[in-house]
Amino acid sequence: MATKPFTYDISRGFLPGHRACAGCGQAAAVRMVMEIAAPNCVVTNATGCLEVFSTPYPESAWGVPWLHSLFENSASIASGVEAALRKQGRLENTRVLAFGGDGGTVDIGFGALSGMLERGHDILYVCYDNEAYMNTGVQRSGATPYAASTTTSPAGRASFGEDHPKKNLPAICAAHGIPYVATASMAFFADLKRKVRKALGIRGPKYIHVHVPCPPGWGYPEKDTVEIGKLAVETGLFPLVEWEDGEVTRVRKIKRLPVEEYLKPQRRFRHLFRTEEGKAKLAEIQAIADSNIEKYGLAG
Amino acid sequence: MSTSQASNRRKPPFAVVTRPGSSLRNKTGPWGIQKPVWDWEKCTGCNTCEAICPEGCIRHLEKKQYEADYDYCKGCGMCAAACPVNAITMTTEHR
Repeated sequence: MATKPFTYDISRGFLPGHRACAGCGQAAAVRMVMEIAAPNCVVTNATGCLEVFSTPYPESAWGVPWLHSLFENSASIASGVEAALRKQGRLENTRVLAFGGDGGTVDIGFGALSGMLERGHDILYVCYDNEAYMNTGVQRSGATPYAASTTTSPAGRASFGEDHPKKNLPAICAAHGIPYVATASMAFFADLKRKVRKALGIRGPKYIHVHVPCPPGWGYPEKDTVEIGKLAVETGLFPLVEWEDGEVTRVRKIKRLPVEEYLKPQRRFRHLFRTEEGKAKLAEIQAIADSNIEKYGLAG
Repeated sequence: MSTSQASNRRKPPFAVVTRPGSSLRNKTGPWGIQKPVWDWEKCTGCNTCEAICPEGCIRHLEKKQYEADYDYCKGCGMCAAACPVNAITMTTEHR
């Protein structure tokens, strides 16, 4: 069957051979973003799964200039790169992207991100949200959804898992009044690519929050990454919304499936289906989805 | 010049620098148990498999023909699960 050998040009931006788990939603999402952004871009990266699996010493899966410094300062070093390029007069043809996981964005790098948005740097910040610190073994983060079991919020007799709702970071970024904020999902890849293309066409700070399912962390078969990602959107638990200058301008209408369809296949939510208290928590999660649907007008 | 100065000179001063795309030497193909095989008769050329592959090792040959690079394919099966016309099957033969 194979006729020509496969060749990989570094102008693709992100190349095979990285150590992501099989079925990694984040690796797929990074490929989709880099397909639009490469090759004329500089990428900075917070510590996290992406940094670890793409650059195991002495290798790198990146075909574009790529920097990693610390967990909290992806947005800060991107600001420095942008300022340097601006001073050199090279910002016209070069885009600066800052990548971070949900831990490096929602919790640890939150101040640096807010500063970057406030100062108005011409940077696209992309947060890959797999809803916990997956790299170090599934510890809870600010983006972990309500009632999910993680190693630091374990479900058991005394606990039903994470007891705080997911932090709505895209809305917080939109409240900065920046030109463009969007949420996206790797399962809706054409939508994600459109949003990245749109963001790169705008000068100023931009923020895209990408939902990326994680097979080992969430506990589902690795082939179902796309299916799980679609269910998160179609149930209303992860609304796909765009903000421009702080105002909601576009939402994706959903089928409004019951949240059980999304929660049932995942190990991190299985405790909810075993007890009577779990049923009450399911009703609370359905209420979160319903409030999202009402707030953003997702019912179509 | 002391030995410590000489060794400092050989090292980059502040960062580890590697060649772009050097991860290509790491063939991740043997990770997988299964591999995807396409039925080009069924394929509609929608490009879903190529778009969602986390490795980026699926290529488009012509209109309705795709194939995977088994040197890097980890056999996750996302392409087969996402294919809208079930043109991809996961097999274990000749892995």
